Amino acid sequence: MQRIGVFVCWCGSNIAGTVDVAKVAEALKSEPGVVLSTNYQYMCSQAGQEMIKEAVKEHKLTGLVICSCSPRMHEATFRKTAAAAGINPYMVEIANIREQCSWIHKDMEEGTEKAIVLGRTAIAKVNLNAPLTPGESPVTKRALVIGGGIAGIQTALDIADAGFYVDIVEKKPTIGGKMAQLDKTFPTLDCAACILTPKMVDVAQHERIRIFSYSEVESVKGFVGNFDVTIRKKARYVKEDVCTGCGLCTEKCPQKKVPNEFNLGMDNRRAIYIPFAQAVPKVATIDADYCTMLKTGKCGVCSKVCTAKAIDYTQKDEFIEEKYGAIVAATGFNPISMDKFDEFAYSQSKDVITSLEFERLMNAAGPTAGKLLRPSDGVHPHKIVFVQCVGSRCASCAEKGKEYCSKICCMYTAKHAMLTRDKYPDTDVTVFYIDVRTPGKQFDEFYRRAVEEYGVHYIKGMVGKVSPEGNKLIVQGSDLIANKQLKIEADLVVLAAAIEPDKSARPLATMLTASMDTNDFFTEAHPKLRPVESPTAGIFLSGACQGPKDIPETVSQAGAAAAKVIGLLAKDKLTGNPCVAHSDEMMCNGCSSCEKVCPYGAITYSDKEFRGPNRTTLIRRVASVNEAICQGCGCCTVACPSGAMDLKGFASKQIMAEVDAICK
Amino acid sequence: MQVNEYKPKIVAFCCNWCSYAGADLAGSNRLAYPAEVKVIRVPCSCRVNPMFILRAFQRGADGVIICGCHPGDCHYTSGNYYTRRRMALLFSMLDYLGIEKERTRVEWVSAAEGAKFAATMNDFVQTVTALGENKRLEDLRCKK
Repeated sequence: MQRIGVFVCWCGSNIAGTVDVAKVAEALKSEPGVVLSTNYQYMCSQAGQEMIKEAVKEHKLTGLVICSCSPRMHEATFRKTAAAAGINPYMVEIANIREQCSWIHKDMEEGTEKAIVLGRTAIAKVNLNAPLTPGESPVTKRALVIGGGIAGIQTALDIADAGFYVDIVEKKPTIGGKMAQLDKTFPTLDCAACILTPKMVDVAQHERIRIFSYSEVESVKGFVGNFDVTIRKKARYVKEDVCTGCGLCTEKCPQKKVPNEFNLGMDNRRAIYIPFAQAVPKVATIDADYCTMLKTGKCGVCSKVCTAKAIDYTQKDEFIEEKYGAIVAATGFNPISMDKFDEFAYSQSKDVITSLEFERLMNAAGPTAGKLLRPSDGVHPHKIVFVQCVGSRCASCAEKGKEYCSKICCMYTAKHAMLTRDKYPDTDVTVFYIDVRTPGKQFDEFYRRAVEEYGVHYIKGMVGKVSPEGNKLIVQGSDLIANKQLKIEADLVVLAAAIEPDKSARPLATMLTASMDTNDFFTEAHPKLRPVESPTAGIFLSGACQGPKDIPETVSQAGAAAAKVIGLLAKDKLTGNPCVAHSDEMMCNGCSSCEKVCPYGAITYSDKEFRGPNRTTLIRRVASVNEAICQGCGCCTVACPSGAMDLKGFASKQIMAEVDAICK
Repeated sequence: MQVNEYKPKIVAFCCNWCSYAGADLAGSNRLAYPAEVKVIRVPCSCRVNPMFILRAFQRGADGVIICGCHPGDCHYTSGNYYTRRRMALLFSMLDYLGIEKERTRVEWVSAAEGAKFAATMNDFVQTVTALGENKRLEDLRCKK
């Protein structure tokens, strides 16, 4: 028989506000096995934990029930307390009387009654708990970073600098991500390339970093410390180790009509290309969709001009298998498509562009060599209208846009407006906004400068319609402060499109079994206390894949993710989860049902000797579970027809005891 | 005659990774749902043995709901697919035995869907309340 101590937490007024904690503690006193039931203001505080430890000693407790917040919050805390008090950490059960009781109920009587039932349920379970000892597994001291933008770059550098090996997988031919496409960065206006490209070079030259560019993660298996990852290195038809990046092929290729994605399709590139001058790795890539040689077998110009003999038209996708201890998702973001926002005439006029396109127009390495010219006729625009929140904060139009604030648009629009006025003082700039949000160091000062020093016209109100008229654009909007409708003639309209997670994030999350929110941003293990970890052990989050972020935030988060990875890789062994499946060999009939449903291949069969009747020996085929591989889902326990398979910590008897306690 | 307000007994099995976290989120956001719902945490919805559900009905539960990660998002990659198939079979058998289909339900609730968790529970409790007490499978010997 267990000697159970019940500890009911007030959580200040969080629980005590709607649950009569004293009454709960009193009611639970008479439950089977309970020798002590008490309550305290903050069970998780040091004083609360000391109280538990004292009680264990004084009452010789063998099991603990803590009626408190969610086990997702403090189960680990109280397990540590138990261990410190000298009892097995798995002899602790949590009754969740905060998130699943006090916070959702307003009525004291109702809350108290439910808390008693939840406490009783936890007691019923802990009565059947058994001490568990976790197994140990080794840690592969290598990290995988998925995505080679500024987030991935910073994470990889920080991990590698700490002495661990890192691989970066980037689906594009070069690392650099969105930041490589930017012109200047707010609020300091230093040029993006000047601060990014040295980091890209650092990555390329780092002895502990490998870059798999033009590659994608194909499959992920395993668990924290021991991930088995297959990487697909897509055929680029150029031998990466031979190409010198001289770029001669990219000048001679006769296929000139390929939309240049780096400039967002505003100019063309060749079928063989290097995305931009500072690309890393600086290696050419053949675009198989446009290459005449690959499509028809007739051309071969690039191969002829290549002095290094790097072109290989027969190259195939290559699969690389590698083991990793930790994986960092840094898949970044994209501006949303403007297809559903036709009121802004994006598809009708070339002179309605997105902010990222504007960024390329202003960039010295962009399609216009940094001159601000209208895409339609190459004429300098004298009147520019910026429209903010296109698709952001769109609660009423969720089918078109996003409910959330994209966070970076207010600042980059202020930057664009300021840079335009700085370079072309003859150009009139108007910004339509819902709110200007500038919470960041030097951010509001920056926005004020745009208004006060550079004379940018900020109008509070949304634009309802943009219509092309001749070579002008008529912008119709409202000025909410002056309370009037406006009709402005503009030469160029720039839309601050909302940002969304990259499309590759969703399938990746499935592979990593990492959870996502409804907007396809990765979910953190805890929004405040564990913001760079996924709830799935060994998976970390860096950059805008977790939520909209500017560069300073991304870099700090990337460093934080790296610190967490380093903390993991620095361990030689990880203690596993002891709540794994276990087969009772005496009951197992060797049917293989469990083996078939196990997603990890953790179950094997072997012939074992058993004592038969009349001193004979029987050989029987029985299942056994590899505890290092089993993740404890419990699927096999249901598949087992003989009831031999059970899950430690979530045994059938325990769950049925919980059912009984609830239905009592 | 005074009629006692009928409160059903509802057992909700929630997987640790998605639905239990979704239930927690409903709590954090103070989204109310009836106190009749009591959650049992399981590692994965596929841990729920049909036996547990039969037991619940025997012991007088009026409704049983199982919540797991959305198909394709299972923390253990495929557990919820097993849940879906097993429960489809079990629920049709229970229906045959006289446990109305409305008393049993499988729902996918992600860790981000606190609102969906609360809405689902509100709806389920309403449905079960309308059906009234489960008499069919209740084992009266358990009533002692």
